[in-house]
Amino acid sequence: MYVAVKGGERAIDNAHAWLAEERRGDPAVDELSVAQIREQLALAVNRVMTEGSLYDSDLAALAIKQARGDLIEAIFLIRAYRTTLPRFGAAHPVDTAKMACDRRISATFKDVPGGQVLGPTFDYTHRLLDFKLAAEGEGEAPDAPRNPAQEGAAPHVTGFLNREGLIQTEDASDATPPDLTREPMELPAGRPLRLQALTRGDEGFVLSLAYSTQRGYARNHAFVGELRIGAVAVEMDIPELGFAIEIGEITLTECETVNQFTGSKTEPPQFTRGYGLVFGQTERKAISMALVDRALRWKELGEEDQGAPAQDEEFVLMHCDNIQATGFLEHIKLPHYVDFQSELELVRKLRREAAQTQMQEAAE
Amino acid sequence: MTDKTKTPDRRGWMSLLAKAPPADLARLWGAFGEAPGYSYLRAPEVGGVMVRGRTGATGAPFNLGEMTVTRCSLRLESGEVGHGYVQGRGKTHATQAALIDALMQTDRAAALRAAVLDPLRDALQAARAARAEKAAATKVDFFTMVRGED
Repeated sequence: MYVAVKGGERAIDNAHAWLAEERRGDPAVDELSVAQIREQLALAVNRVMTEGSLYDSDLAALAIKQARGDLIEAIFLIRAYRTTLPRFGAAHPVDTAKMACDRRISATFKDVPGGQVLGPTFDYTHRLLDFKLAAEGEGEAPDAPRNPAQEGAAPHVTGFLNREGLIQTEDASDATPPDLTREPMELPAGRPLRLQALTRGDEGFVLSLAYSTQRGYARNHAFVGELRIGAVAVEMDIPELGFAIEIGEITLTECETVNQFTGSKTEPPQFTRGYGLVFGQTERKAISMALVDRALRWKELGEEDQGAPAQDEEFVLMHCDNIQATGFLEHIKLPHYVDFQSELELVRKLRREAAQTQMQEAAE
Repeated sequence: MTDKTKTPDRRGWMSLLAKAPPADLARLWGAFGEAPGYSYLRAPEVGGVMVRGRTGATGAPFNLGEMTVTRCSLRLESGEVGHGYVQGRGKTHATQAALIDALMQTDRAAALRAAVLDPLRDALQAARAARAEKAAATKVDFFTMVRGED
Protein backbone atom coordinates (compact mmCIF):
# COMPACT_ATOMS: atom_id res chain seq x y z
CA MET A 1 0.00 0.00 0.00
CA TYR A 2 1.30 3.44 -0.91
CA VAL A 3 0.55 6.46 1.22
CA ALA A 4 1.58 9.95 0.18
CA VAL A 5 4.16 11.34 2.56
CA LYS A 6 5.97 14.62 2.42
CA GLY A 7 9.17 15.83 3.94
CA GLY A 8 11.90 14.03 2.08
CA GLU A 9 12.37 16.51 -0.70
CA ARG A 10 15.53 18.21 0.51
CA ALA A 11 17.08 14.92 1.57
CA ILE A 12 16.36 13.47 -1.88
CA ASP A 13 17.85 16.47 -3.68
CA ASN A 14 20.95 16.29 -1.55
CA ALA A 15 21.21 12.53 -2.04
CA HIS A 16 21.12 13.03 -5.82
CA ALA A 17 23.72 15.77 -5.61
CA TRP A 18 25.99 13.44 -3.68
CA LEU A 19 25.27 10.70 -6.21
CA ALA A 20 26.53 13.04 -8.94
CA GLU A 21 29.69 13.71 -6.96
CA GLU A 22 30.31 10.03 -6.30
CA ARG A 23 29.63 9.23 -9.94
CA ARG A 24 32.44 11.58 -10.92
CA GLY A 25 34.76 10.01 -8.37
CA ASP A 26 38.10 11.61 -7.57
CA PRO A 27 38.30 14.79 -9.68
CA ALA A 28 42.06 14.29 -9.87
CA VAL A 29 41.33 11.31 -12.13
CA ASP A 30 40.33 12.05 -15.74
CA GLU A 31 36.62 11.91 -16.47
CA LEU A 32 35.45 9.04 -18.70
CA SER A 33 33.96 10.14 -22.00
CA VAL A 34 30.96 8.42 -23.55
CA ALA A 35 33.12 7.64 -26.58
CA GLN A 36 35.69 5.90 -24.36
CA ILE A 37 32.96 3.70 -22.88
CA ARG A 38 31.56 2.95 -26.33
CA GLU A 39 34.96 1.99 -27.73
CA GLN A 40 36.68 0.38 -24.76
CA LEU A 41 33.81 -1.19 -22.78
CA ALA A 42 32.07 -2.42 -25.90
CA LEU A 43 30.81 -5.69 -24.45
CA ALA A 44 29.06 -3.87 -21.60
CA VAL A 45 27.56 -1.55 -24.23
CA ASN A 46 26.40 -4.59 -26.21
CA ARG A 47 24.70 -6.10 -23.20
CA VAL A 48 22.88 -2.85 -22.45
CA MET A 49 21.72 -2.60 -26.07
CA THR A 50 20.51 -6.21 -26.09
CA GLU A 51 18.61 -6.17 -22.81
CA GLY A 52 17.57 -2.55 -23.26
CA SER A 53 16.09 -3.60 -26.65
CA LEU A 54 17.57 -0.61 -28.42
CA TYR A 55 20.51 -0.69 -30.81
CA ASP A 56 22.33 2.60 -30.24
CA SER A 57 25.85 2.31 -28.88
CA ASP A 58 26.18 5.99 -27.96
CA LEU A 59 23.03 5.89 -25.85
CA ALA A 60 24.04 2.63 -24.19
CA ALA A 61 27.46 4.10 -23.35
CA LEU A 62 25.82 7.20 -21.90
CA ALA A 63 23.50 5.03 -19.82
CA ILE A 64 26.48 3.08 -18.45
CA LYS A 65 28.20 6.31 -17.47
CA GLN A 66 25.06 7.68 -15.81
CA ALA A 67 24.46 4.38 -14.00
CA ARG A 68 28.04 4.30 -12.68
CA GLY A 69 28.56 0.97 -14.42
CA ASP A 70 25.44 -0.69 -12.95
CA LEU A 71 24.33 -2.45 -16.12
CA ILE A 72 20.80 -3.24 -14.98
CA GLU A 73 20.31 0.42 -14.04
CA ALA A 74 21.71 1.34 -17.48
CA ILE A 75 19.29 -1.09 -19.16
CA PHE A 76 16.48 0.55 -17.17
CA LEU A 77 17.52 3.97 -18.52
CA ILE A 78 17.55 2.66 -22.10
CA ARG A 79 14.15 0.99 -21.72
CA ALA A 80 12.71 4.23 -20.39
CA TYR A 81 14.21 6.22 -23.26
CA ARG A 82 12.98 3.66 -25.80
CA THR A 83 9.37 4.23 -24.77
CA THR A 84 9.68 7.91 -25.79
CA LEU A 85 10.60 7.07 -29.39
CA PRO A 86 7.91 7.07 -32.06
CA ARG A 87 8.00 3.76 -33.94
CA PHE A 88 8.64 4.37 -37.64
CA GLY A 89 7.91 0.78 -38.55
CA ALA A 90 9.39 -2.68 -38.61
CA ALA A 91 12.33 -3.78 -40.68
CA HIS A 92 12.44 -6.88 -42.85
CA PRO A 93 13.80 -9.85 -40.89
CA VAL A 94 17.60 -9.69 -41.04
CA ASP A 95 19.32 -12.18 -43.33
CA THR A 96 22.05 -13.65 -41.15
CA ALA A 97 23.25 -15.89 -44.00
CA LYS A 98 24.64 -12.71 -45.58
CA MET A 99 26.43 -11.64 -42.41
CA ALA A 100 29.90 -10.14 -42.79
CA CYS A 101 31.37 -12.42 -40.14
CA ASP A 102 34.02 -11.31 -37.65
CA ARG A 103 33.73 -14.71 -36.04
CA ARG A 104 32.19 -17.94 -37.21
CA ILE A 105 32.82 -21.28 -35.58
CA SER A 106 31.17 -24.67 -35.55
CA ALA A 107 31.65 -27.20 -32.77
CA THR A 108 30.11 -29.94 -34.91
CA PHE A 109 32.00 -29.79 -38.23
CA LYS A 110 35.72 -29.20 -38.28
CA ASP A 111 35.92 -28.61 -42.02
CA VAL A 112 32.85 -26.45 -42.44
CA PRO A 113 32.84 -24.47 -45.72
CA GLY A 114 34.04 -20.97 -44.92
CA GLY A 115 36.21 -22.37 -42.16
CA GLN A 116 36.54 -21.86 -38.45
CA VAL A 117 37.10 -18.14 -38.00
CA LEU A 118 37.93 -17.29 -34.39
CA GLY A 119 37.53 -13.51 -34.49
CA PRO A 120 38.33 -11.28 -31.49
CA THR A 121 37.66 -13.87 -28.79
CA PHE A 122 38.56 -14.46 -25.15
CA ASP A 123 38.67 -18.19 -25.94
CA TYR A 124 42.12 -19.73 -25.54
CA THR A 125 43.37 -16.81 -23.44
CA HIS A 126 44.93 -17.88 -20.15
CA ARG A 127 42.72 -15.71 -17.98
CA LEU A 128 45.77 -14.21 -16.32
CA LEU A 129 45.59 -10.55 -15.40
CA ASP A 130 47.53 -8.48 -17.89
CA PHE A 131 49.35 -5.84 -15.90
CA LYS A 132 50.51 -4.16 -19.08
CA LEU A 133 46.96 -2.79 -19.38
CA ALA A 134 47.39 -1.09 -16.00
CA ALA A 135 50.32 0.94 -17.29
CA GLU A 136 49.45 4.54 -18.06
CA GLY A 137 49.80 5.62 -21.69
CA GLU A 138 49.95 2.25 -23.37
CA GLY A 139 51.92 3.58 -26.29
CA GLU A 140 51.02 2.39 -29.76
CA ALA A 141 47.58 1.02 -30.43
CA PRO A 142 47.55 -2.74 -31.03
CA ASP A 143 47.41 -3.78 -34.65
CA ALA A 144 45.81 -7.09 -35.65
CA PRO A 145 47.41 -9.22 -38.36
CA ARG A 146 45.63 -9.50 -41.69
CA ASN A 147 45.26 -12.14 -44.36
CA PRO A 148 43.54 -11.86 -47.73
CA ALA A 149 39.80 -11.96 -47.10
CA GLN A 150 37.70 -14.83 -48.35
CA GLU A 151 35.09 -14.12 -50.97
CA GLY A 152 31.39 -14.47 -50.31
CA ALA A 153 29.30 -15.11 -47.22
CA ALA A 154 29.71 -18.26 -45.15
CA PRO A 155 26.69 -20.57 -45.48
CA HIS A 156 24.79 -21.69 -42.38
CA VAL A 157 25.93 -25.02 -40.98
CA THR A 158 22.38 -26.20 -40.34
CA GLY A 159 21.82 -25.86 -44.08
CA PHE A 160 24.18 -28.79 -44.70
CA LEU A 161 22.38 -31.01 -42.26
CA ASN A 162 19.08 -29.96 -43.72
CA ARG A 163 20.16 -31.10 -47.17
CA GLU A 164 20.28 -34.64 -45.87
CA GLY A 165 17.06 -34.19 -43.92
CA LEU A 166 19.01 -34.85 -40.74
CA ILE A 167 17.69 -31.78 -38.96
CA GLN A 168 14.23 -30.45 -38.42
CA THR A 169 13.22 -27.75 -40.93
CA GLU A 170 12.16 -24.31 -39.76
CA ASP A 171 8.82 -23.48 -41.30
CA ALA A 172 9.28 -20.24 -43.20
CA SER A 173 6.54 -17.68 -42.80
CA ASP A 174 5.99 -13.97 -43.05
CA ALA A 175 3.51 -13.74 -40.21
CA THR A 176 3.68 -10.52 -38.20
CA PRO A 177 5.20 -11.53 -34.86
CA PRO A 178 3.62 -10.53 -31.56
CA ASP A 179 5.42 -7.70 -29.75
CA LEU A 180 5.59 -7.85 -25.97
CA THR A 181 6.61 -4.19 -25.84
CA ARG A 182 3.20 -3.30 -27.30
CA GLU A 183 0.77 -5.89 -25.95
CA PRO A 184 0.90 -7.70 -22.61
CA MET A 185 2.47 -11.13 -22.91
CA GLU A 186 -0.11 -13.88 -23.21
CA LEU A 187 0.60 -17.47 -22.35
CA PRO A 188 0.99 -19.96 -23.84
CA ALA A 189 3.38 -17.96 -26.02
CA GLY A 190 4.45 -19.08 -29.46
CA ARG A 191 8.11 -19.41 -30.32
CA PRO A 192 8.44 -15.87 -31.79
CA LEU A 193 7.20 -14.31 -28.55
CA ARG A 194 9.45 -16.57 -26.48
CA LEU A 195 12.47 -15.57 -28.55
CA GLN A 196 11.68 -11.88 -28.11
CA ALA A 197 11.44 -12.34 -24.35
CA LEU A 198 14.67 -14.35 -24.24
CA THR A 199 16.71 -11.98 -26.38
CA ARG A 200 15.96 -9.08 -23.99
CA GLY A 201 16.03 -11.33 -20.93
CA ASP A 202 18.66 -11.04 -18.22
CA GLU A 203 21.93 -12.62 -19.27
CA GLY A 204 22.57 -14.14 -15.86
CA PHE A 205 19.10 -15.63 -15.59
CA VAL A 206 19.11 -17.09 -19.10
CA LEU A 207 22.67 -18.40 -18.57
CA SER A 208 21.71 -20.18 -15.36
CA LEU A 209 18.65 -21.78 -16.92
CA ALA A 210 20.72 -22.93 -19.88
CA TYR A 211 23.28 -24.36 -17.49
CA SER A 212 20.53 -26.20 -15.61
CA THR A 213 19.58 -28.00 -18.85
CA GLN A 214 23.19 -29.07 -19.29
CA ARG A 215 23.24 -30.43 -15.74
CA GLY A 216 20.22 -32.60 -16.38
CA TYR A 217 17.10 -30.50 -15.78
CA ALA A 218 15.53 -31.15 -19.20
CA ARG A 219 18.76 -32.23 -20.77
CA ASN A 220 18.72 -32.07 -24.56
CA HIS A 221 22.39 -32.55 -25.49
CA ALA A 222 23.13 -29.31 -27.28
CA PHE A 223 26.02 -28.92 -29.69
CA VAL A 224 26.90 -25.47 -30.97
CA GLY A 225 26.25 -26.16 -34.62
CA GLU A 226 27.30 -22.65 -35.37
CA LEU A 227 28.13 -19.41 -33.68
CA ARG A 228 28.60 -16.32 -35.79
CA ILE A 229 29.21 -12.67 -35.01
CA GLY A 230 29.21 -9.94 -37.60
CA ALA A 231 27.42 -7.14 -39.39
CA VAL A 232 24.12 -7.39 -41.23
CA ALA A 233 22.19 -4.74 -43.11
CA VAL A 234 18.76 -3.72 -41.85
CA GLU A 235 16.22 -3.10 -44.61
CA MET A 236 12.91 -1.36 -44.28
CA ASP A 237 10.13 -0.44 -46.70
CA ILE A 238 9.91 3.33 -47.04
CA PRO A 239 6.26 4.21 -47.62
CA GLU A 240 7.08 7.54 -49.32
CA LEU A 241 9.17 5.72 -51.89
CA GLY A 242 7.39 2.44 -52.38
CA PHE A 243 10.58 0.42 -52.07
CA ALA A 244 12.93 -0.80 -49.36
CA ILE A 245 16.27 0.74 -48.47
CA GLU A 246 18.94 -0.21 -46.00
CA ILE A 247 18.46 2.03 -42.98
CA GLY A 248 21.57 0.88 -41.23
CA GLU A 249 23.94 -1.91 -40.37
CA ILE A 250 24.07 -3.67 -37.02
CA THR A 251 26.30 -6.26 -35.40
CA LEU A 252 24.59 -9.43 -34.21
CA THR A 253 25.59 -12.66 -32.52
CA GLU A 254 23.74 -15.76 -33.69
CA CYS A 255 23.88 -19.24 -32.20
CA GLU A 256 22.31 -22.32 -33.70
CA THR A 257 22.38 -25.43 -31.61
CA VAL A 258 21.96 -28.95 -32.89
CA ASN A 259 20.20 -31.08 -30.34
CA GLN A 260 19.16 -34.63 -29.81
CA PHE A 261 16.69 -36.45 -31.88
CA THR A 262 13.07 -36.44 -32.22
CA GLY A 263 11.12 -38.80 -34.40
CA SER A 264 7.76 -40.42 -34.64
CA LYS A 265 5.95 -43.28 -36.34
CA THR A 266 5.74 -41.19 -39.50
CA GLU A 267 9.07 -39.37 -39.38
CA PRO A 268 12.54 -40.86 -38.97
CA PRO A 269 14.75 -39.55 -36.19
CA GLN A 270 16.34 -36.18 -36.88
CA PHE A 271 18.24 -33.51 -35.01
CA THR A 272 16.31 -30.63 -33.50
CA ARG A 273 17.43 -27.06 -33.07
CA GLY A 274 17.61 -24.15 -30.68
CA TYR A 275 18.19 -20.57 -31.71
CA GLY A 276 19.76 -17.51 -30.18
CA LEU A 277 20.09 -14.05 -31.73
CA VAL A 278 21.22 -10.93 -29.88
CA PHE A 279 22.55 -7.43 -30.57
CA GLY A 280 26.30 -6.89 -30.64
CA GLN A 281 29.01 -9.32 -29.67
CA THR A 282 27.15 -11.06 -26.88
CA GLU A 283 28.17 -14.65 -27.26
CA ARG A 284 27.40 -16.15 -23.85
CA LYS A 285 23.88 -14.79 -24.07
CA ALA A 286 23.30 -16.11 -27.60
CA ILE A 287 24.33 -19.65 -26.63
CA SER A 288 22.24 -19.49 -23.44
CA MET A 289 19.23 -18.26 -25.39
CA ALA A 290 19.53 -21.15 -27.86
CA LEU A 291 19.61 -23.75 -25.08
CA VAL A 292 16.61 -22.28 -23.30
CA ASP A 293 14.72 -21.89 -26.59
CA ARG A 294 15.29 -25.58 -27.23
CA ALA A 295 14.19 -26.61 -23.74
CA LEU A 296 10.97 -24.60 -24.09
CA ARG A 297 10.11 -26.43 -27.31
CA TRP A 298 9.44 -29.73 -25.51
CA LYS A 299 5.72 -29.70 -26.22
CA GLU A 300 5.89 -29.10 -29.97
CA LEU A 301 8.65 -31.72 -30.26
CA GLY A 302 6.58 -34.30 -28.39
CA GLU A 303 8.96 -34.59 -25.44
CA GLU A 304 8.19 -35.43 -21.87
CA ASP A 305 7.51 -32.68 -19.36
CA GLN A 306 10.18 -33.32 -16.77
CA GLY A 307 8.96 -30.50 -14.60
CA ALA A 308 12.28 -28.75 -15.11
CA PRO A 309 12.40 -24.96 -14.66
CA ALA A 310 13.76 -24.42 -18.18
CA GLN A 311 10.73 -26.23 -19.63
CA ASP A 312 8.26 -24.08 -17.74
CA GLU A 313 7.28 -21.33 -20.14
CA GLU A 314 5.53 -19.26 -17.52
CA PHE A 315 8.41 -19.53 -15.08
CA VAL A 316 10.98 -18.58 -17.72
CA LEU A 317 9.12 -15.81 -19.51
CA MET A 318 7.66 -14.15 -16.44
CA HIS A 319 11.01 -14.02 -14.62
CA CYS A 320 13.64 -13.43 -17.31
CA ASP A 321 13.17 -9.67 -17.57
CA ASN A 322 15.58 -7.96 -15.19
CA ILE A 323 13.78 -4.61 -15.32
CA GLN A 324 10.47 -6.12 -14.23
CA ALA A 325 12.30 -8.17 -11.64
CA THR A 326 14.37 -5.35 -10.24
CA GLY A 327 11.40 -2.99 -10.21
CA PHE A 328 9.38 -5.31 -8.05
CA LEU A 329 12.30 -6.41 -5.94
CA GLU A 330 13.65 -2.97 -5.23
CA HIS A 331 10.29 -1.39 -4.48
CA ILE A 332 10.25 -3.16 -1.13
CA LYS A 333 12.99 -0.84 0.11
CA LEU A 334 10.73 2.18 -0.42
CA PRO A 335 8.54 3.35 2.47
CA HIS A 336 5.99 0.76 3.55
CA TYR A 337 5.35 2.41 6.92
CA VAL A 338 1.58 1.89 6.93
CA ASP A 339 1.80 -1.71 5.67
CA PHE A 340 4.29 -2.47 8.36
CA GLN A 341 2.25 -0.64 11.02
CA SER A 342 -0.66 -2.99 10.38
CA GLU A 343 1.63 -6.02 10.59
CA LEU A 344 3.02 -4.72 13.88
CA GLU A 345 -0.45 -4.35 15.31
CA LEU A 346 -1.38 -7.81 14.15
CA VAL A 347 1.66 -9.48 15.69
CA ARG A 348 1.11 -7.61 18.97
CA LYS A 349 -2.50 -8.76 19.03
CA LEU A 350 -1.48 -12.36 18.36
CA ARG A 351 1.11 -12.18 21.13
CA ARG A 352 -1.47 -10.77 23.56
CA GLU A 353 -3.87 -13.56 22.69
CA ALA A 354 -1.15 -16.17 23.09
CA ALA A 355 -0.16 -14.75 26.46
CA GLN A 356 -3.78 -14.75 27.64
CA THR A 357 -4.22 -18.36 26.58
CA GLN A 358 -1.09 -19.32 28.49
CA MET A 359 -2.28 -17.51 31.60
CA GLN A 360 -5.66 -19.18 31.42
CA GLU A 361 -4.05 -22.60 31.00
CA ALA A 362 -1.74 -21.89 33.96
CA ALA A 363 -4.73 -20.81 36.07
CA GLU A 364 -6.65 -23.97 35.22
CA MET B 1 9.32 13.72 -59.94
CA THR B 2 11.88 12.78 -62.54
CA ASP B 3 12.55 9.28 -63.76
CA LYS B 4 15.71 9.24 -61.72
CA THR B 5 13.69 8.77 -58.54
CA LYS B 6 12.58 5.36 -59.76
CA THR B 7 15.95 3.91 -60.60
CA PRO B 8 17.46 1.22 -58.38
CA ASP B 9 20.30 3.73 -58.03
CA ARG B 10 18.22 5.66 -55.57
CA ARG B 11 17.91 2.65 -53.31
CA GLY B 12 21.69 2.38 -53.48
CA TRP B 13 22.51 5.96 -52.55
CA MET B 14 19.88 6.17 -49.83
CA SER B 15 21.23 2.96 -48.29
CA LEU B 16 24.74 4.31 -48.48
CA LEU B 17 23.76 7.61 -46.86
CA ALA B 18 21.90 5.76 -44.08
CA LYS B 19 25.03 3.82 -43.11
CA ALA B 20 27.61 6.55 -43.68
CA PRO B 21 29.50 7.78 -40.60
CA PRO B 22 27.92 11.21 -39.92
CA ALA B 23 31.29 12.95 -39.54
CA ASP B 24 32.50 11.66 -42.93
CA LEU B 25 29.29 12.70 -44.62
CA ALA B 26 29.40 16.17 -43.03
CA ARG B 27 33.00 16.68 -44.15
CA LEU B 28 32.37 15.57 -47.75
CA TRP B 29 29.11 17.49 -48.00
CA GLY B 30 30.78 20.62 -46.60
CA ALA B 31 33.61 20.28 -49.11
CA PHE B 32 31.10 19.88 -51.96
CA GLY B 33 30.20 23.42 -51.04
CA GLU B 34 26.63 23.72 -52.30
CA ALA B 35 23.89 24.99 -50.06
CA PRO B 36 20.67 24.80 -52.05
CA GLY B 37 17.59 26.45 -50.61
CA TYR B 38 15.01 24.02 -49.27
CA SER B 39 12.05 23.71 -46.99
CA TYR B 40 11.18 20.76 -44.80
CA LEU B 41 8.17 18.64 -45.67
CA ARG B 42 8.90 16.70 -42.52
CA ALA B 43 11.33 18.16 -40.02
CA PRO B 44 14.06 15.78 -38.80
CA GLU B 45 12.57 13.33 -36.33
CA VAL B 46 14.25 10.64 -34.20
CA GLY B 47 12.40 7.37 -33.82
CA GLY B 48 12.75 3.63 -33.53
CA VAL B 49 12.50 0.82 -36.04
CA MET B 50 11.80 -2.70 -34.85
CA VAL B 51 14.51 -5.08 -36.03
CA ARG B 52 13.41 -8.65 -36.65
CA GLY B 53 15.07 -12.01 -36.90
CA ARG B 54 13.74 -15.41 -37.93
CA THR B 55 13.46 -18.52 -35.77
CA GLY B 56 16.40 -20.73 -36.70
CA ALA B 57 17.54 -17.99 -39.14
CA THR B 58 15.01 -19.12 -41.78
CA GLY B 59 11.68 -19.61 -40.02
CA ALA B 60 8.99 -17.31 -38.66
CA PRO B 61 9.87 -13.66 -37.89
CA PHE B 62 10.31 -12.50 -34.30
CA ASN B 63 11.03 -9.09 -32.78
CA LEU B 64 14.63 -8.63 -31.76
CA GLY B 65 14.60 -5.03 -30.52
CA GLU B 66 14.57 -1.55 -31.94
CA MET B 67 17.26 0.60 -33.47
CA THR B 68 17.37 4.38 -33.54
CA VAL B 69 16.67 6.01 -36.89
CA THR B 70 16.31 9.66 -37.89
CA ARG B 71 14.23 10.67 -40.87
CA CYS B 72 13.28 13.84 -42.67
CA SER B 73 11.83 14.98 -46.00
CA LEU B 74 12.44 18.24 -47.79
CA ARG B 75 11.82 20.03 -51.06
CA LEU B 76 14.45 22.02 -52.88
CA GLU B 77 13.54 25.45 -54.21
CA SER B 78 13.92 23.87 -57.64
CA GLY B 79 11.14 21.41 -56.72
CA GLU B 80 12.89 18.07 -56.16
CA VAL B 81 11.82 16.14 -53.06
CA GLY B 82 14.45 14.33 -51.01
CA HIS B 83 14.08 11.83 -48.19
CA GLY B 84 16.59 10.86 -45.56
CA TYR B 85 16.37 7.78 -43.36
CA VAL B 86 19.59 7.32 -41.44
CA GLN B 87 20.82 5.12 -38.60
CA GLY B 88 21.18 6.77 -35.21
CA ARG B 89 20.05 10.08 -33.79
CA GLY B 90 21.54 12.57 -36.22
CA LYS B 91 19.26 15.36 -37.40
CA THR B 92 22.06 16.95 -39.41
CA HIS B 93 22.87 13.54 -40.87
CA ALA B 94 19.24 13.02 -41.93
CA THR B 95 19.00 16.51 -43.42
CA GLN B 96 22.22 16.10 -45.40
CA ALA B 97 21.04 12.69 -46.63
CA ALA B 98 17.74 14.19 -47.80
CA LEU B 99 19.49 17.11 -49.50
CA ILE B 100 21.76 14.73 -51.36
CA ASP B 101 18.81 12.51 -52.27
CA ALA B 102 17.08 15.55 -53.76
CA LEU B 103 20.16 16.86 -55.56
CA MET B 104 20.80 13.41 -57.03
CA GLN B 105 17.61 14.00 -59.03
CA THR B 106 19.11 17.12 -60.63
CA ASP B 107 21.94 17.74 -63.07
CA ARG B 108 24.30 17.91 -60.08
CA ALA B 109 24.05 14.14 -59.72
CA ALA B 110 27.31 13.21 -61.41
CA ALA B 111 29.33 15.80 -59.51
CA LEU B 112 27.72 14.80 -56.23
CA ARG B 113 28.35 11.14 -56.86
CA ALA B 114 32.02 11.79 -57.48
CA ALA B 115 32.48 14.21 -54.59
CA VAL B 116 30.40 12.57 -51.88
CA LEU B 117 28.88 9.16 -52.68
CA ASP B 118 31.91 7.47 -54.19
CA PRO B 119 34.27 8.44 -51.35
CA LEU B 120 31.67 7.30 -48.79
CA ARG B 121 31.25 3.97 -50.55
CA ASP B 122 35.01 3.51 -50.81
CA ALA B 123 35.46 4.26 -47.11
CA LEU B 124 32.74 1.80 -46.08
CA GLN B 125 34.15 -0.87 -48.36
CA ALA B 126 37.65 -0.29 -47.01
CA ALA B 127 36.42 -0.58 -43.43
CA ARG B 128 34.54 -3.76 -44.26
CA ALA B 129 37.55 -5.20 -46.09
CA ALA B 130 39.81 -4.43 -43.13
CA ARG B 131 37.56 -6.40 -40.79
CA ALA B 132 37.29 -9.26 -43.27
CA GLU B 133 41.08 -9.41 -43.52
CA LYS B 134 41.49 -9.47 -39.76
CA ALA B 135 38.85 -12.21 -39.57
CA ALA B 136 40.67 -14.18 -42.28
CA ALA B 137 43.87 -14.00 -40.21
CA THR B 138 42.03 -15.81 -37.38
CA LYS B 139 40.87 -18.67 -39.58
CA VAL B 140 42.11 -22.00 -38.26
CA ASP B 141 44.38 -24.04 -40.52
CA PHE B 142 43.96 -27.56 -39.25
CA PHE B 143 46.77 -30.00 -39.73
CA THR B 144 47.00 -33.56 -38.55
CA MET B 145 49.80 -34.42 -36.18
CA VAL B 146 52.00 -37.32 -37.30
CA ARG B 147 50.55 -40.41 -35.74
CA GLY B 148 52.85 -42.63 -33.82
CA GLU B 149 51.74 -45.83 -35.51
CA ASP B 150 54.85 -46.65 -37.46
